[in-house]
Amino acid sequence: MMNLTLKVWRQKNHKDKGGFVDYKVSGISTDMSFLEMLDVLNEELSAKGEDPVHFDHDCREGICGACSLYINGHPHGPQQTTTCQLHMRSFADGDVITIEPWRAKGFPVLKDLMTDRSAFDRIIQAGGYVSVNTGGVPDANEIPVPKIIADEAFDSATCISCGACVAACKNASAMLFVSAKISQLALLPQGQVERKSRAENMVAQMDAEGFGACTNIGACSAECPKGIKLSNIARMNREYFSAVLSSDNV
Amino acid sequence: MILDSKIPEGPLAEKWNKHKFNVKLVNPANKRKYEVIVVGTGLAGASAAASLAELGYNVKAFCFQDSPRRAHSIAAQGGINAAKNYQNDGDSVYRLFYDTVKGGDYRAREANVYRLAEVSVNIIDQCVAQGVPFAREYGGLLANRSFGGAQVSRTFYARGQTGQQLLLGAYSALSRQVANGKVKLYPRTEMMDLVTVEGKARGIITRNLITGTIESHSAHAVLLCTGGYGNVFFLSTNAMGSNVTAAWRAHKKGALFANPCFTQIHPTCIPVSGDHQSKLTLMSESLRNDGRVWVPRTVEIAEKVRKKQIKIADIKEEDRDYFLERKYPSFGNLVPRDVASRNAKYVCDEGRGVNETGEAVFLDFRDAIKRDSEDAIRSRYGNLFDMYQQITGDNPYKEPMMIYPAVHYTMGGLWVDYNLMTNVPGLYALGEANFSDHGANRLGASALMQGLADGYFVIPYTLGDYLAGMSKETVTADHDEFKKAAKEITDKIQKFLSIKGTKTIDHFHKRLGKIMWEYCGMARNAEGLTKAKGLIKELKAEFWRDVKVLGTPDELNMSLEKAHRVADFIELGELMVDDALNRDESCGGHFREEYQTPEGEALRDDDNFAYVAAWKYTGEGLESELVKEELKFENVKLTQRSYK
Ligand SMILES: Cc1cc2nc3c(=O)[nH]c(=O)nc-3n(C[C@H](O)[C@H](O)[C@H](O)COP(=O)(O)OP(=O)(O)OC[C@H]3O[C@@H](n4cnc5c(N)ncnc54)[C@H](O)[C@@H]3O)c2cc1C
Ligand code: SF4
Ligand code: FES
Repeated sequence: MMNLTLKVWRQKNHKDKGGFVDYKVSGISTDMSFLEMLDVLNEELSAKGEDPVHFDHDCREGICGACSLYINGHPHGPQQTTTCQLHMRSFADGDVITIEPWRAKGFPVLKDLMTDRSAFDRIIQAGGYVSVNTGGVPDANEIPVPKIIADEAFDSATCISCGACVAACKNASAMLFVSAKISQLALLPQGQVERKSRAENMVAQMDAEGFGACTNIGACSAECPKGIKLSNIARMNREYFSAVLSSDNV
Repeated sequence: MILDSKIPEGPLAEKWNKHKFNVKLVNPANKRKYEVIVVGTGLAGASAAASLAELGYNVKAFCFQDSPRRAHSIAAQGGINAAKNYQNDGDSVYRLFYDTVKGGDYRAREANVYRLAEVSVNIIDQCVAQGVPFAREYGGLLANRSFGGAQVSRTFYARGQTGQQLLLGAYSALSRQVANGKVKLYPRTEMMDLVTVEGKARGIITRNLITGTIESHSAHAVLLCTGGYGNVFFLSTNAMGSNVTAAWRAHKKGALFANPCFTQIHPTCIPVSGDHQSKLTLMSESLRNDGRVWVPRTVEIAEKVRKKQIKIADIKEEDRDYFLERKYPSFGNLVPRDVASRNAKYVCDEGRGVNETGEAVFLDFRDAIKRDSEDAIRSRYGNLFDMYQQITGDNPYKEPMMIYPAVHYTMGGLWVDYNLMTNVPGLYALGEANFSDHGANRLGASALMQGLADGYFVIPYTLGDYLAGMSKETVTADHDEFKKAAKEITDKIQKFLSIKGTKTIDHFHKRLGKIMWEYCGMARNAEGLTKAKGLIKELKAEFWRDVKVLGTPDELNMSLEKAHRVADFIELGELMVDDALNRDESCGGHFREEYQTPEGEALRDDDNFAYVAAWKYTGEGLESELVKEELKFENVKLTQRSYK
């Protein structure tokens, strides 16, 4: 059982300035997840009639991408996993833990530790799809895909849209997220038809949302809970430059 | 009240094709004059919203998460069934149909299930065309695995993340329609009520979860794709936000709720570790392809395991009881979920459980690793093994996993006819939110199939049939019915905030969960259920007297969000208990201890209970009214389900 001090970012709403508030929690077991530890805090706060700490979370299985806490200077904390999959055995009795929201221009804070990440949805809307309607598609096995290619596309497709890459980057760049989707579809035969316009439109939207430039530091990939590789960014750059050289967007 | 399931005439295999030909069509120019509300953006909602928008309808899509891509479907792990017969192992539409009806212990509609099996093949084609990266063989074609309740390999998968990849496919189609201006998205928006005008569903009342604003949205039809209600048990494998509110409020507005007590307890979940636990984690059923389920043969050895006085590796082969393989030689570890769960409970009840709480059995990969290598196992289940290690701190490549059953899925839901329309005209229910296809037990990898079948391939046809028959006239959101419904919600919110009691919302939710698990869980009996009924009544009264809901209505307010959800769960709990009490038989996941075969299997009573129990809400504090839809079996013979 551990006793901990939490320095938690509290901010009433988008307009509020916000600041850190210290809380003490005790009786935390090493089996708890980080979010369960916050549940304990919130139950205590609620019982006292104080506003619980708001944070995004849903699946608590590391797959929905909702949880998004910046813990002791790292997105999702000390391990390369999601906040919900971080367990208290990664901490020690007496630790002081600082908990902040993602900080990036593209992700304004809504309340406490919750941010607005709808910019990512708009980037996908700009081209993160294959334009096929329901029905009238060929039999699935008429589009063979070499296993190595399928596996590589899969690796890129596992991005959970959490935004840790942006939070980790000193430029708040969204390149890793955007490149993961562009890579997945650039690798697969289904993605070929719209390859150029996709790269151009998604990159344009990314810039419009106010995300910063990539200066190849690699913090994004190092902190990505799904291990999305930097090679995706290299591929995206190739896709983008070859697209603008022979643009379909005229 | 008489329920008309609207099952088309004719031979089973021709019903759907004939129906598609017979339904009325809305001409392309008119489609843009109709507005459709889709609540929920999981597999069912996202696929429906995208497909309807492609056809030309104007769609408004709602979800409570910050992005449609985070719907609970994202967490599905193991796979999706389809009768492709790519493996040449004897699969067919008929076999998938048969397995599903049998797996559901003969409590589903034949016609619906057959259609599901029929369109299953189109789903895989659709997903592949979208760029969903399914697992493939070295030759570049799609790979398959087996799931419980089937003797063929018909499950398509994307490592242990099938739901994620399928949902991202549907989300991409949805996003494309948002870009086209045909879908307007309302994330972080919760449906609070259904609005009916002259008996027809004409819109919804919502709460903007960021600003707290109560809003009215009108439409020509409303589709509820709001998922299941497993969180009534507090602990389940569902996402934290999954709730029954949308379906429940529609129920209170007249929609019948069918088979509420049919819940699925999944056999392979990480056991409960303590009171702090907020949710349970599923370990995909696909693991039972290679993992062997066992407990020590005797209570004495189990005792030593629990006290860590013996190394698991040192337990001799003859002291290991592979109880599923022993009792069910032909299906072995791949028996359906209800059977696997119940047997795990039996051996733990006997005192042969293997963790500190005595409520866990082993799922062991030792033999598979020996046979196929650690790398082979890693490539099949890598992310699941990692997740297990992350949560428990144990390495499943070295030690067997420990697992125990947990609430996972709800077969019950809003009653719908063959067209997926509830008994309220213009109100539809798709995906896990409806009751339709899984009977009393769902087979693995069939929920994803059903959600996408409903959204991509059923609703685009059946919705047109309804809309074509109704006037294009719009009811606007300033209609009196909207004002009335909005006021009711505002009042309800005021009510919550004015109680200012002493106990937190989670306190009530946990207590409800304990009652449901104890008396309406894996095994039920009349005495326990009657007791539960009283307990829930008391809990409800106490909730409305003593709950503490914090904050104000006009802000992001987690406490208020939960209050709505838990209030509805409590009422649902009452109905589930009524339903379980009414059904004096055992079938699938509904196991009434009074009704079992000498071998401890579920004993159905087809003469008296081959019906869908649909419940009608009759008013605050009044008993619900039971409406029966008789199930007719014209193609399969009802037999005692056997997996021996
Ligand atoms: C851990 C896990 C693993 C699973 N694995 C498999 C598997 O391998 N194979 C398989 O076939 N099935 C699996 N299932 C079951 C399957 O995932 C679900 O049944 C299915 O995804 C449900 O999809 P849905 O579209 O009906 O609902 P959901 O995906 O639950 O979506 C519900 C939607 O409704 C919205 N919503 C709900 N209420 C409201 C409201 N009041 N207002 C606004 N929006 C609302 C939510 O925001 C969400 O968008 C699994 C389930 C779990 C829990
Ligand atoms: S690339 Fe990684 S860090 Fe960035 S959003 Fe995707 S999963 Fe999160
Ligand atoms: S809560 Fe879903 S990834 Fe953490």
